[in-house]
Amino acid sequence: MHPIEKILAKAANKGRVYPGEIVNCKVDLVEINDLYLQVIDSFYEMNGSKVWDPDKVVFVFDHYAPAPTEKSAFNQNQMRKFVSNQSIKHLFEINEGVCHQVMPEAGLVYPGMILVATDSHTTTHGAFGAFGTGVGATDAATILLTGNLWFKVPEIIKIEINGELKKGVMAKDIILHILGQLGSEGAVYQAIEFTGETIKELSIDSRMVLCNMAVEIGAKTAYIHPDRKTIKYLEAMGVNISEIDMPQRDKGYVYRKEYKFNISNLEPQIASPHSVDSVSDIKNIEPKKVDQVYIGSCTGGRLEDIEAVYRVLKGRKVKKGTRCIIIPASNKVYLQAIKKGYVESLIESGITFSAPGCGACMGIHQGVICEDEVCVTTTNRNFPGRMGSTKGDVYLVSPITAATCALTGYITDPREEEFIK
Amino acid sequence: MKIVIEGKAHLFGNKIDTDQIYPGKYVELTDKKEIASHCMEGIRSGFINELIGDDIIVAGKNFGCGSSREHAVITIKEAGIKAIVAESFARIFFRNAINLGLPVITCKNILGKLKEGDDLQINLAAGKIYNKKTKEYYIGEGFPQHIMTILKHGGIKNYFIKGK
Repeated sequence: MHPIEKILAKAANKGRVYPGEIVNCKVDLVEINDLYLQVIDSFYEMNGSKVWDPDKVVFVFDHYAPAPTEKSAFNQNQMRKFVSNQSIKHLFEINEGVCHQVMPEAGLVYPGMILVATDSHTTTHGAFGAFGTGVGATDAATILLTGNLWFKVPEIIKIEINGELKKGVMAKDIILHILGQLGSEGAVYQAIEFTGETIKELSIDSRMVLCNMAVEIGAKTAYIHPDRKTIKYLEAMGVNISEIDMPQRDKGYVYRKEYKFNISNLEPQIASPHSVDSVSDIKNIEPKKVDQVYIGSCTGGRLEDIEAVYRVLKGRKVKKGTRCIIIPASNKVYLQAIKKGYVESLIESGITFSAPGCGACMGIHQGVICEDEVCVTTTNRNFPGRMGSTKGDVYLVSPITAATCALTGYITDPREEEFIK
Repeated sequence: MKIVIEGKAHLFGNKIDTDQIYPGKYVELTDKKEIASHCMEGIRSGFINELIGDDIIVAGKNFGCGSSREHAVITIKEAGIKAIVAESFARIFFRNAINLGLPVITCKNILGKLKEGDDLQINLAAGKIYNKKTKEYYIGEGFPQHIMTILKHGGIKNYFIKGK
Protein backbone atom coordinates (compact mmCIF):
# COMPACT_ATOMS: atom_id res chain seq x y z
CA MET A 1 0.00 0.00 0.00
CA HIS A 2 0.87 3.66 -0.37
CA PRO A 3 1.07 5.88 2.75
CA ILE A 4 -2.22 7.53 1.73
CA GLU A 5 -3.91 4.12 1.65
CA LYS A 6 -2.35 3.23 5.00
CA ILE A 7 -3.68 6.47 6.52
CA LEU A 8 -7.20 5.67 5.28
CA ALA A 9 -6.98 2.01 6.32
CA LYS A 10 -5.89 2.88 9.84
CA ALA A 11 -8.65 5.51 10.18
CA ALA A 12 -11.23 3.03 8.89
CA ASN A 13 -9.95 0.30 11.18
CA LYS A 14 -9.12 -1.99 8.25
CA GLY A 15 -6.08 -4.09 7.49
CA ARG A 16 -5.91 -2.79 3.95
CA VAL A 17 -7.88 -0.72 1.45
CA TYR A 18 -8.17 -0.72 -2.35
CA PRO A 19 -8.67 2.16 -4.82
CA GLY A 20 -12.37 2.67 -5.48
CA GLU A 21 -13.41 1.17 -2.15
CA ILE A 22 -15.70 3.25 0.08
CA VAL A 23 -14.34 3.56 3.61
CA ASN A 24 -15.69 5.28 6.71
CA CYS A 25 -12.80 7.10 8.41
CA LYS A 26 -12.19 8.67 11.80
CA VAL A 27 -11.26 12.30 11.26
CA ASP A 28 -8.37 13.65 13.35
CA LEU A 29 -9.15 17.32 12.87
CA VAL A 30 -11.98 19.23 11.20
CA GLU A 31 -11.58 22.90 10.38
CA ILE A 32 -14.41 25.29 9.57
CA ASN A 33 -13.79 28.79 8.26
CA ASP A 34 -15.95 31.89 8.49
CA LEU A 35 -17.57 31.36 5.08
CA TYR A 36 -19.80 28.59 6.32
CA LEU A 37 -22.33 29.36 9.03
CA GLN A 38 -24.18 26.64 7.11
CA VAL A 39 -22.07 24.05 8.99
CA ILE A 40 -23.71 25.03 12.26
CA ASP A 41 -27.17 25.26 10.66
CA SER A 42 -26.77 21.77 9.14
CA PHE A 43 -25.47 20.40 12.46
CA TYR A 44 -28.62 21.51 14.25
CA GLU A 45 -30.88 20.43 11.36
CA MET A 46 -29.49 16.93 11.83
CA ASN A 47 -30.47 17.08 15.52
CA GLY A 48 -26.91 17.71 16.68
CA SER A 49 -26.49 18.93 20.24
CA LYS A 50 -22.89 18.33 21.31
CA VAL A 51 -19.98 17.97 18.85
CA TRP A 52 -18.32 14.54 19.01
CA ASP A 53 -14.97 15.89 20.27
CA PRO A 54 -14.47 19.64 20.85
CA ASP A 55 -10.68 19.21 20.94
CA LYS A 56 -10.66 18.06 17.32
CA VAL A 57 -12.57 21.04 15.96
CA VAL A 58 -10.97 24.25 14.67
CA PHE A 59 -12.69 27.45 13.62
CA VAL A 60 -10.69 30.01 11.63
CA PHE A 61 -11.83 33.51 10.74
CA ASP A 62 -9.78 34.18 7.63
CA HIS A 63 -11.99 34.99 4.67
CA TYR A 64 -13.59 37.97 6.44
CA ALA A 65 -10.61 39.17 8.46
CA PRO A 66 -11.81 41.61 9.59
CA ALA A 67 -15.53 41.51 8.74
CA PRO A 68 -16.30 43.84 5.80
CA THR A 69 -20.11 43.68 6.12
CA GLU A 70 -22.81 43.40 8.79
CA LYS A 71 -23.76 39.95 7.56
CA SER A 72 -20.23 38.56 7.75
CA ALA A 73 -19.84 40.11 11.22
CA PHE A 74 -23.07 38.40 12.28
CA ASN A 75 -21.88 35.05 10.86
CA GLN A 76 -18.64 35.29 12.82
CA ASN A 77 -20.52 36.16 16.00
CA GLN A 78 -22.75 33.12 15.62
CA MET A 79 -19.62 31.02 15.22
CA ARG A 80 -18.06 32.57 18.34
CA LYS A 81 -21.19 31.61 20.31
CA PHE A 82 -21.04 28.05 18.97
CA VAL A 83 -17.34 27.75 19.86
CA SER A 84 -18.09 28.94 23.38
CA ASN A 85 -21.20 26.78 23.91
CA GLN A 86 -19.44 23.69 22.63
CA SER A 87 -16.15 24.41 24.45
CA ILE A 88 -14.33 24.07 21.16
CA LYS A 89 -10.60 24.13 21.73
CA HIS A 90 -9.33 26.07 18.73
CA LEU A 91 -10.59 29.41 17.47
CA PHE A 92 -8.27 31.50 15.32
CA GLU A 93 -9.63 35.02 15.41
CA ILE A 94 -9.50 37.75 12.75
CA ASN A 95 -5.93 38.70 13.61
CA GLU A 96 -4.33 35.31 13.03
CA GLY A 97 -4.35 34.52 9.32
CA VAL A 98 -5.30 31.96 6.68
CA CYS A 99 -6.37 28.52 7.92
CA HIS A 100 -3.76 26.60 5.87
CA GLN A 101 -0.96 28.66 7.42
CA VAL A 102 -2.15 29.04 11.02
CA MET A 103 -2.91 25.35 11.54
CA PRO A 104 0.62 24.09 10.75
CA GLU A 105 2.08 27.06 12.69
CA ALA A 106 0.08 25.99 15.75
CA GLY A 107 1.47 22.46 15.54
CA LEU A 108 -1.94 21.00 14.61
CA VAL A 109 -0.80 19.28 11.41
CA TYR A 110 1.30 16.12 11.41
CA PRO A 111 2.13 13.17 9.12
CA GLY A 112 -0.46 10.41 8.94
CA MET A 113 -3.41 12.47 10.13
CA ILE A 114 -6.76 12.97 8.39
CA LEU A 115 -7.47 16.69 8.22
CA VAL A 116 -10.76 17.76 6.69
CA ALA A 117 -11.74 21.40 6.18
CA THR A 118 -14.48 23.45 4.54
CA ASP A 119 -11.94 24.76 2.08
CA SER A 120 -10.76 23.26 -1.20
CA HIS A 121 -7.08 24.12 -0.58
CA THR A 122 -6.86 21.72 2.34
CA THR A 123 -4.67 19.63 0.03
CA THR A 124 -1.87 22.02 1.19
CA HIS A 125 -1.24 19.80 4.21
CA GLY A 126 0.01 16.98 2.02
CA ALA A 127 3.29 18.88 2.31
CA PHE A 128 3.46 17.48 5.86
CA GLY A 129 2.46 13.94 4.92
CA ALA A 130 -1.11 14.49 6.12
CA PHE A 131 -4.25 13.39 4.27
CA GLY A 132 -5.82 16.82 3.78
CA THR A 133 -9.03 17.23 1.83
CA GLY A 134 -11.76 19.83 1.34
CA VAL A 135 -15.49 19.27 1.84
CA GLY A 136 -18.71 21.28 1.89
CA ALA A 137 -20.57 22.59 4.93
CA THR A 138 -22.93 19.64 5.40
CA ASP A 139 -20.14 17.06 5.19
CA ALA A 140 -18.35 19.07 7.90
CA ALA A 141 -21.53 19.02 9.99
CA THR A 142 -21.68 15.21 9.76
CA ILE A 143 -18.12 15.11 11.07
CA LEU A 144 -19.13 17.34 14.01
CA LEU A 145 -21.92 14.84 14.73
CA THR A 146 -20.03 11.59 14.36
CA GLY A 147 -16.29 12.25 14.06
CA ASN A 148 -16.29 10.21 10.83
CA LEU A 149 -16.53 10.82 7.09
CA TRP A 150 -16.83 8.43 4.13
CA PHE A 151 -14.21 8.53 1.41
CA LYS A 152 -13.68 6.72 -1.85
CA VAL A 153 -10.08 5.45 -1.71
CA PRO A 154 -8.30 7.38 -4.47
CA GLU A 155 -6.03 6.06 -7.16
CA ILE A 156 -2.62 7.65 -6.69
CA ILE A 157 -0.57 9.33 -9.40
CA LYS A 158 3.08 10.16 -9.03
CA ILE A 159 4.55 13.42 -10.28
CA GLU A 160 8.34 13.23 -10.19
CA ILE A 161 10.13 16.56 -10.53
CA ASN A 162 13.87 16.77 -11.16
CA GLY A 163 16.30 19.54 -12.05
CA GLU A 164 17.37 22.77 -10.47
CA LEU A 165 15.21 25.89 -10.53
CA LYS A 166 16.73 28.70 -12.57
CA LYS A 167 17.01 32.20 -11.14
CA GLY A 168 13.72 34.04 -11.33
CA VAL A 169 11.71 30.79 -11.24
CA MET A 170 9.81 29.59 -8.16
CA ALA A 171 7.66 26.66 -6.97
CA LYS A 172 4.55 28.46 -8.28
CA ASP A 173 5.99 28.28 -11.79
CA ILE A 174 6.48 24.52 -11.39
CA ILE A 175 2.89 23.88 -10.37
CA LEU A 176 1.50 26.23 -13.02
CA HIS A 177 3.51 24.37 -15.66
CA ILE A 178 2.23 21.01 -14.40
CA LEU A 179 -1.35 22.37 -14.39
CA GLY A 180 -0.93 23.53 -17.96
CA GLN A 181 0.27 20.07 -19.00
CA LEU A 182 -2.24 17.94 -17.08
CA GLY A 183 -5.23 20.28 -17.25
CA SER A 184 -7.80 21.10 -14.59
CA GLU A 185 -9.23 17.58 -14.79
CA GLY A 186 -5.88 15.84 -14.86
CA ALA A 187 -6.32 14.17 -11.46
CA VAL A 188 -10.01 14.25 -10.61
CA TYR A 189 -10.82 12.01 -7.61
CA GLN A 190 -7.16 10.99 -7.50
CA ALA A 191 -4.33 11.72 -5.08
CA ILE A 192 -1.08 13.27 -6.29
CA GLU A 193 2.27 12.40 -4.77
CA PHE A 194 5.04 14.89 -5.57
CA THR A 195 8.50 13.40 -5.47
CA GLY A 196 11.95 13.81 -7.06
CA GLU A 197 15.23 15.66 -6.55
CA THR A 198 13.64 19.10 -6.88
CA ILE A 199 11.21 18.38 -4.07
CA LYS A 200 14.07 17.52 -1.73
CA GLU A 201 15.63 20.92 -2.37
CA LEU A 202 12.40 22.92 -2.00
CA SER A 203 11.62 24.68 1.28
CA ILE A 204 8.50 23.72 3.22
CA ASP A 205 6.86 26.97 2.05
CA SER A 206 7.50 25.95 -1.56
CA ARG A 207 6.27 22.39 -1.03
CA MET A 208 3.04 23.85 0.37
CA VAL A 209 2.53 25.76 -2.90
CA LEU A 210 2.65 22.53 -4.93
CA CYS A 211 0.24 20.67 -2.64
CA ASN A 212 -2.04 23.72 -2.39
CA MET A 213 -2.62 23.89 -6.14
CA ALA A 214 -3.00 20.13 -6.57
CA VAL A 215 -6.74 20.73 -6.09
CA GLU A 216 -6.74 22.84 -9.26
CA ILE A 217 -5.73 19.69 -11.16
CA GLY A 218 -8.86 18.12 -9.64
CA ALA A 219 -7.06 16.11 -6.96
CA LYS A 220 -8.72 14.89 -3.78
CA THR A 221 -5.47 15.16 -1.81
CA ALA A 222 -1.74 15.69 -2.28
CA TYR A 223 1.29 14.09 -0.63
CA ILE A 224 4.98 14.73 -0.16
CA HIS A 225 6.74 12.10 1.89
CA PRO A 226 8.09 13.69 5.12
CA ASP A 227 11.86 14.04 5.31
CA ARG A 228 14.30 15.73 7.71
CA LYS A 229 13.20 19.17 6.51
CA THR A 230 9.55 18.35 7.30
CA ILE A 231 10.43 17.00 10.73
CA LYS A 232 12.57 20.03 11.58
CA TYR A 233 9.73 22.39 10.57
CA LEU A 234 7.11 20.42 12.51
CA GLU A 235 9.26 20.20 15.63
CA ALA A 236 9.79 23.97 15.48
CA MET A 237 5.97 24.29 15.47
CA GLY A 238 5.70 22.17 18.60
CA VAL A 239 4.76 18.80 17.11
CA ASN A 240 6.08 15.87 19.13
CA ILE A 241 7.40 13.80 16.22
CA SER A 242 8.50 10.86 18.36
CA GLU A 243 4.83 10.12 19.11
CA ILE A 244 3.86 10.03 15.45
CA ASP A 245 3.52 6.96 13.35
CA MET A 246 4.71 7.84 9.83
CA PRO A 247 3.44 5.38 7.23
CA GLN A 248 5.93 4.24 4.58
CA ARG A 249 5.31 3.17 1.01
CA ASP A 250 5.41 -0.62 0.59
CA LYS A 251 8.04 -2.01 -1.75
CA GLY A 252 6.47 -2.95 -5.05
CA TYR A 253 3.61 -0.42 -4.80
CA VAL A 254 2.41 0.52 -8.29
CA TYR A 255 1.05 3.99 -9.01
CA ARG A 256 -1.96 4.42 -11.27
CA LYS A 257 0.10 6.74 -13.48
CA GLU A 258 3.52 8.36 -13.35
CA TYR A 259 4.62 11.70 -14.78
CA LYS A 260 8.18 13.01 -14.96
CA PHE A 261 9.09 16.68 -15.24
CA ASN A 262 12.54 18.18 -15.55
CA ILE A 263 12.38 21.83 -14.58
CA SER A 264 16.00 22.81 -15.33
CA ASN A 265 14.87 24.91 -18.26
CA LEU A 266 11.53 26.00 -16.84
CA GLU A 267 10.80 29.65 -17.51
CA PRO A 268 8.48 31.92 -15.52
CA GLN A 269 4.86 30.88 -16.10
CA ILE A 270 1.53 32.65 -16.20
CA ALA A 271 -2.06 31.37 -16.11
CA SER A 272 -4.20 33.64 -18.27
CA PRO A 273 -7.89 34.38 -17.81
CA HIS A 274 -10.24 32.67 -17.32
CA SER A 275 -8.92 29.23 -16.48
CA VAL A 276 -6.21 27.94 -14.13
CA ASP A 277 -4.85 25.64 -16.83
CA SER A 278 -4.43 28.34 -19.53
CA VAL A 279 -0.73 28.33 -18.76
CA SER A 280 2.13 29.58 -20.93
CA ASP A 281 5.60 31.07 -20.69
CA ILE A 282 5.27 34.73 -19.78
CA LYS A 283 7.45 35.70 -22.73
CA ASN A 284 4.74 34.39 -25.06
CA ILE A 285 1.90 36.55 -23.85
CA GLU A 286 0.95 40.14 -24.55
CA PRO A 287 2.60 42.54 -22.05
CA LYS A 288 -0.64 44.11 -20.89
CA LYS A 289 -0.77 47.04 -18.52
CA VAL A 290 -1.37 45.89 -14.95
CA ASP A 291 -3.80 47.78 -12.70
CA GLN A 292 -3.28 45.73 -9.55
CA VAL A 293 -0.67 43.30 -8.26
CA TYR A 294 -1.75 41.10 -5.38
CA ILE A 295 0.59 39.05 -3.21
CA GLY A 296 -1.04 36.86 -0.60
CA SER A 297 -3.31 33.85 0.18
CA CYS A 298 -2.59 30.28 1.20
CA THR A 299 -0.83 29.93 -2.17
CA GLY A 300 1.50 32.91 -2.17
CA GLY A 301 1.54 34.90 1.09
CA ARG A 302 4.31 33.23 3.07
CA LEU A 303 7.62 34.66 4.30
CA GLU A 304 9.49 33.24 1.29
CA ASP A 305 7.01 35.01 -1.02
CA ILE A 306 7.21 38.37 0.77
CA GLU A 307 11.01 38.07 0.80
CA ALA A 308 10.99 37.52 -2.97
CA VAL A 309 8.93 40.67 -3.47
CA TYR A 310 11.19 42.63 -1.09
CA ARG A 311 14.29 41.66 -3.07
CA VAL A 312 12.74 42.86 -6.33
CA LEU A 313 11.42 46.15 -4.96
CA LYS A 314 14.20 47.06 -2.50
CA GLY A 315 15.20 50.67 -3.05
CA ARG A 316 12.69 50.96 -5.91
CA LYS A 317 9.10 52.12 -6.25
CA VAL A 318 5.94 50.44 -7.45
CA LYS A 319 5.09 51.91 -10.88
CA LYS A 320 2.73 54.86 -10.73
CA GLY A 321 -0.70 53.76 -11.94
CA THR A 322 -0.26 50.22 -10.61
CA ARG A 323 -1.47 49.25 -7.15
CA CYS A 324 0.42 46.57 -5.22
CA ILE A 325 -1.15 44.86 -2.23
CA ILE A 326 0.52 42.39 0.13
CA ILE A 327 -1.53 40.38 2.59
CA PRO A 328 0.65 38.07 4.72
CA ALA A 329 -0.73 34.56 5.17
CA SER A 330 -0.52 34.89 8.97
CA ASN A 331 0.38 37.38 11.68
CA LYS A 332 3.41 35.21 12.49
CA VAL A 333 4.58 35.64 8.88
CA TYR A 334 3.81 39.37 9.14
CA LEU A 335 5.90 39.70 12.31
CA GLN A 336 8.82 37.83 10.78
CA ALA A 337 8.66 40.09 7.71
CA ILE A 338 8.61 43.16 9.99
CA LYS A 339 11.61 41.94 12.01
CA LYS A 340 13.61 41.31 8.84
CA GLY A 341 12.90 44.84 7.63
CA TYR A 342 10.87 43.70 4.61
CA VAL A 343 7.70 45.53 5.59
CA GLU A 344 9.33 48.91 6.13
CA SER A 345 11.19 48.69 2.84
CA LEU A 346 8.07 47.53 0.97
CA ILE A 347 5.91 50.31 2.42
CA GLU A 348 8.53 52.76 1.24
CA SER A 349 8.31 51.16 -2.20
CA GLY A 350 4.58 51.93 -2.26
CA ILE A 351 3.03 48.64 -1.12
CA THR A 352 -0.40 48.51 0.54
CA PHE A 353 -0.31 46.07 3.44
CA SER A 354 -3.52 44.63 4.82
CA ALA A 355 -4.59 42.35 7.70
CA PRO A 356 -3.46 38.69 7.47
CA GLY A 357 -6.18 36.57 5.92
CA CYS A 358 -7.57 35.49 2.57
CA GLY A 359 -8.11 39.07 1.48
CA ALA A 360 -9.01 39.62 -2.14
CA CYS A 361 -8.38 36.06 -3.32
CA MET A 362 -12.12 35.37 -3.44
CA GLY A 363 -13.19 38.87 -4.46
CA ILE A 364 -14.72 39.71 -1.11
CA HIS A 365 -12.61 42.64 0.11
CA GLN A 366 -9.09 44.14 0.48
CA GLY A 367 -8.40 44.59 -3.22
CA VAL A 368 -11.44 43.79 -5.36
CA ILE A 369 -11.15 44.66 -9.09
CA CYS A 370 -13.67 46.26 -11.40
CA GLU A 371 -14.58 45.86 -15.07
CA ASP A 372 -11.64 46.05 -17.51
CA GLU A 373 -9.02 45.90 -14.77
CA VAL A 374 -6.04 43.55 -15.02
CA CYS A 375 -4.81 41.93 -11.81
CA VAL A 376 -1.64 39.86 -11.54
CA THR A 377 -1.70 37.70 -8.44
CA THR A 378 0.06 34.99 -6.45
CA THR A 379 -3.31 33.40 -5.56
CA ASN A 380 -4.85 30.23 -6.94
CA ARG A 381 -7.83 30.87 -9.24
CA ASN A 382 -8.67 33.16 -12.14
CA PHE A 383 -12.21 32.16 -13.13
CA PRO A 384 -14.51 34.99 -14.29
CA GLY A 385 -15.43 37.17 -11.32
CA ARG A 386 -12.96 35.50 -9.00
CA MET A 387 -11.52 38.77 -7.70
CA GLY A 388 -14.47 41.05 -8.42
CA SER A 389 -15.98 41.94 -11.78
CA THR A 390 -16.62 39.08 -14.24
CA LYS A 391 -15.21 41.51 -16.81
CA GLY A 392 -11.90 41.86 -14.97
CA ASP A 393 -8.87 39.79 -15.94
CA VAL A 394 -6.90 37.79 -13.37
CA TYR A 395 -3.47 36.32 -14.16
CA LEU A 396 -1.78 33.82 -11.83
CA VAL A 397 1.97 34.09 -11.33
CA SER A 398 4.82 33.55 -8.87
CA PRO A 399 5.77 36.20 -6.28
CA ILE A 400 8.92 37.22 -8.19
CA THR A 401 6.87 37.74 -11.32
CA ALA A 402 4.17 39.63 -9.41
CA ALA A 403 6.79 41.97 -7.92
CA THR A 404 8.34 42.56 -11.35
CA CYS A 405 4.93 43.51 -12.76
CA ALA A 406 4.50 45.97 -9.87
CA LEU A 407 7.85 47.52 -10.78
CA THR A 408 7.22 47.91 -14.51
CA GLY A 409 3.44 48.32 -14.49
CA TYR A 410 3.12 45.66 -17.21
CA ILE A 411 3.03 41.88 -17.41
CA THR A 412 6.78 41.26 -17.38
CA ASP A 413 9.04 38.24 -17.41
CA PRO A 414 11.15 38.75 -14.24
CA ARG A 415 14.30 37.67 -16.08
CA GLU A 416 14.14 40.86 -18.14
CA GLU A 417 14.96 42.89 -15.10
CA GLU A 418 18.55 43.61 -14.16
CA PHE A 419 18.37 42.31 -10.65
CA ILE A 420 17.83 38.83 -12.00
CA LYS A 421 20.79 39.03 -14.35
CA MET B 1 -37.03 11.32 -3.89
CA LYS B 2 -38.51 11.00 -7.34
CA ILE B 3 -36.92 8.32 -9.48
CA VAL B 4 -38.13 9.99 -12.71
CA ILE B 5 -37.30 13.66 -13.24
CA GLU B 6 -38.61 15.80 -16.07
CA GLY B 7 -37.53 19.23 -17.18
CA LYS B 8 -36.36 21.74 -19.75
CA ALA B 9 -32.65 21.63 -20.54
CA HIS B 10 -30.54 24.72 -19.84
CA LEU B 11 -27.12 24.30 -21.43
CA PHE B 12 -23.77 25.42 -20.05
CA GLY B 13 -20.22 24.78 -21.25
CA ASN B 14 -17.08 23.21 -19.79
CA LYS B 15 -15.29 24.10 -16.56
CA ILE B 16 -18.23 25.98 -15.02
CA ASP B 17 -16.65 26.72 -11.67
CA THR B 18 -18.22 27.68 -8.35
CA ASP B 19 -17.31 31.37 -8.80
CA GLN B 20 -19.53 31.40 -11.89
CA ILE B 21 -22.30 29.32 -10.31
CA TYR B 22 -22.33 31.48 -7.17
CA PRO B 23 -19.97 34.52 -6.95
CA GLY B 24 -17.77 34.92 -3.87
CA LYS B 25 -19.30 38.24 -2.84
CA TYR B 26 -22.57 36.43 -1.96
CA VAL B 27 -21.05 33.62 0.13
CA GLU B 28 -21.87 35.41 3.42
CA LEU B 29 -25.62 35.01 2.68
CA THR B 30 -27.53 32.31 4.54
CA ASP B 31 -31.18 32.89 3.54
CA LYS B 32 -32.11 30.25 0.96
CA LYS B 33 -34.29 32.56 -1.16
CA GLU B 34 -31.53 35.17 -1.34
CA ILE B 35 -29.01 32.49 -2.27
CA ALA B 36 -31.33 31.21 -5.02
CA SER B 37 -31.65 34.68 -6.56
CA HIS B 38 -27.95 34.67 -7.56
CA CYS B 39 -28.00 31.28 -9.31
CA MET B 40 -25.41 31.09 -12.13
CA GLU B 41 -25.00 34.87 -11.91
CA GLY B 42 -21.28 34.70 -12.63
CA ILE B 43 -21.91 33.31 -16.10
CA ARG B 44 -25.52 34.08 -17.00
CA SER B 45 -26.94 37.07 -15.20
CA GLY B 46 -30.73 36.81 -14.76
CA PHE B 47 -30.70 33.04 -15.25
CA ILE B 48 -33.24 32.66 -12.46
CA ASN B 49 -35.78 34.45 -14.70
CA GLU B 50 -35.33 31.86 -17.47
CA LEU B 51 -36.55 29.00 -15.28
CA ILE B 52 -39.99 27.52 -15.92
CA GLY B 53 -40.38 25.42 -12.76
CA ASP B 54 -39.26 22.10 -14.23
CA ASP B 55 -35.66 22.68 -15.17
CA ILE B 56 -32.52 20.63 -15.67
CA ILE B 57 -29.00 21.99 -16.08
CA VAL B 58 -26.93 20.22 -18.73
CA ALA B 59 -23.24 21.01 -18.77
CA GLY B 60 -19.85 19.93 -20.05
CA LYS B 61 -16.74 18.79 -18.24
CA ASN B 62 -15.71 19.45 -14.65
CA PHE B 63 -18.96 21.14 -13.61
CA GLY B 64 -18.64 22.73 -10.17
CA CYS B 65 -14.83 22.87 -10.10
CA GLY B 66 -13.14 25.37 -7.80
CA SER B 67 -14.23 26.19 -4.29
CA SER B 68 -15.95 23.89 -1.78
CA ARG B 69 -18.80 26.38 -1.27
CA GLU B 70 -22.01 24.47 -0.65
CA HIS B 71 -23.86 27.62 -1.78
CA ALA B 72 -23.17 26.48 -5.35
CA VAL B 73 -25.51 23.53 -4.79
CA ILE B 74 -27.94 25.42 -2.54
CA THR B 75 -28.45 28.12 -5.15
CA ILE B 76 -29.24 25.57 -7.89
CA LYS B 77 -31.53 23.50 -5.68
CA GLU B 78 -33.39 26.46 -4.17
CA ALA B 79 -33.86 27.97 -7.63
CA GLY B 80 -35.97 24.88 -8.27
CA ILE B 81 -33.66 23.05 -10.66
CA LYS B 82 -34.47 19.35 -10.44
CA ALA B 83 -31.19 17.77 -11.54
CA ILE B 84 -27.84 18.42 -13.20
CA VAL B 85 -26.51 16.30 -16.04
CA ALA B 86 -22.87 16.92 -16.88
CA GLU B 87 -20.09 15.23 -18.79
CA SER B 88 -18.14 15.18 -15.54
CA PHE B 89 -18.36 16.73 -12.07
CA ALA B 90 -15.75 18.12 -9.72
CA ARG B 91 -15.42 16.04 -6.60
CA ILE B 92 -16.48 18.41 -3.80
CA PHE B 93 -19.44 19.76 -5.79
CA PHE B 94 -20.61 16.18 -6.45
CA ARG B 95 -20.47 15.32 -2.73
CA ASN B 96 -22.30 18.53 -1.79
CA ALA B 97 -25.05 17.82 -4.33
CA ILE B 98 -25.62 14.27 -3.05
CA ASN B 99 -25.63 15.52 0.54
CA LEU B 100 -28.34 18.02 -0.29
CA GLY B 101 -30.36 15.53 -2.32
CA LEU B 102 -29.76 17.18 -5.72
CA PRO B 103 -29.38 14.44 -8.36
CA VAL B 104 -26.15 14.83 -10.35
CA ILE B 105 -25.85 12.50 -13.31
CA THR B 106 -22.64 11.97 -15.24
CA CYS B 107 -23.17 11.46 -18.97
CA LYS B 108 -20.19 11.50 -21.31
CA ASN B 109 -20.37 13.65 -24.45
CA ILE B 110 -23.94 14.80 -23.82
CA LEU B 111 -23.39 18.48 -24.63
CA GLY B 112 -23.13 18.00 -28.35
CA LYS B 113 -26.23 15.82 -28.49
CA LEU B 114 -28.99 18.19 -27.48
CA LYS B 115 -30.15 21.79 -27.69
CA GLU B 116 -31.12 24.50 -25.25
CA GLY B 117 -34.79 24.05 -24.37
CA ASP B 118 -35.07 20.34 -25.16
CA ASP B 119 -37.47 18.45 -22.90
CA LEU B 120 -35.71 15.73 -20.92
CA GLN B 121 -36.83 12.80 -18.81
CA ILE B 122 -34.28 11.28 -16.46
CA ASN B 123 -34.63 7.85 -14.85
CA LEU B 124 -32.30 8.01 -11.88
CA ALA B 125 -32.38 4.32 -11.05
CA ALA B 126 -31.51 3.31 -14.60
CA GLY B 127 -29.16 6.25 -15.22
CA LYS B 128 -30.95 6.91 -18.52
CA ILE B 129 -31.90 10.25 -20.04
CA TYR B 130 -34.63 10.54 -22.68
CA ASN B 131 -34.88 13.55 -24.99
CA LYS B 132 -38.61 13.96 -25.71
CA LYS B 133 -37.90 16.30 -28.61
CA THR B 134 -35.40 14.20 -30.56
CA LYS B 135 -36.62 10.85 -29.15
CA GLU B 136 -33.01 9.93 -28.35
CA TYR B 137 -31.72 8.12 -25.28
CA TYR B 138 -28.47 8.97 -23.54
CA ILE B 139 -26.86 6.55 -21.11
CA GLY B 140 -25.57 8.14 -17.90
CA GLU B 141 -23.59 6.60 -15.05
CA GLY B 142 -25.47 4.92 -12.24
CA PHE B 143 -24.85 5.65 -8.59
CA PRO B 144 -22.94 3.40 -6.18
CA GLN B 145 -25.16 1.90 -3.47
CA HIS B 146 -24.18 4.21 -0.62
CA ILE B 147 -24.80 7.31 -2.73
CA MET B 148 -28.16 6.01 -3.96
CA THR B 149 -29.14 5.43 -0.33
CA ILE B 150 -28.39 9.06 0.56
CA LEU B 151 -30.23 10.33 -2.53
CA LYS B 152 -33.27 8.16 -1.81
CA HIS B 153 -33.54 9.80 1.59
CA GLY B 154 -33.46 13.19 -0.11
CA GLY B 155 -29.99 13.97 1.17
CA ILE B 156 -27.77 13.28 4.15
CA LYS B 157 -29.73 15.41 6.62
CA ASN B 158 -32.83 13.24 6.25
CA TYR B 159 -30.61 10.16 6.30
CA PHE B 160 -29.32 11.22 9.72
CA ILE B 161 -32.66 12.31 11.11
CA LYS B 162 -34.52 9.19 10.05
CA GLY B 163 -31.69 6.96 11.27
CA LYS B 164 -29.53 4.69 9.16
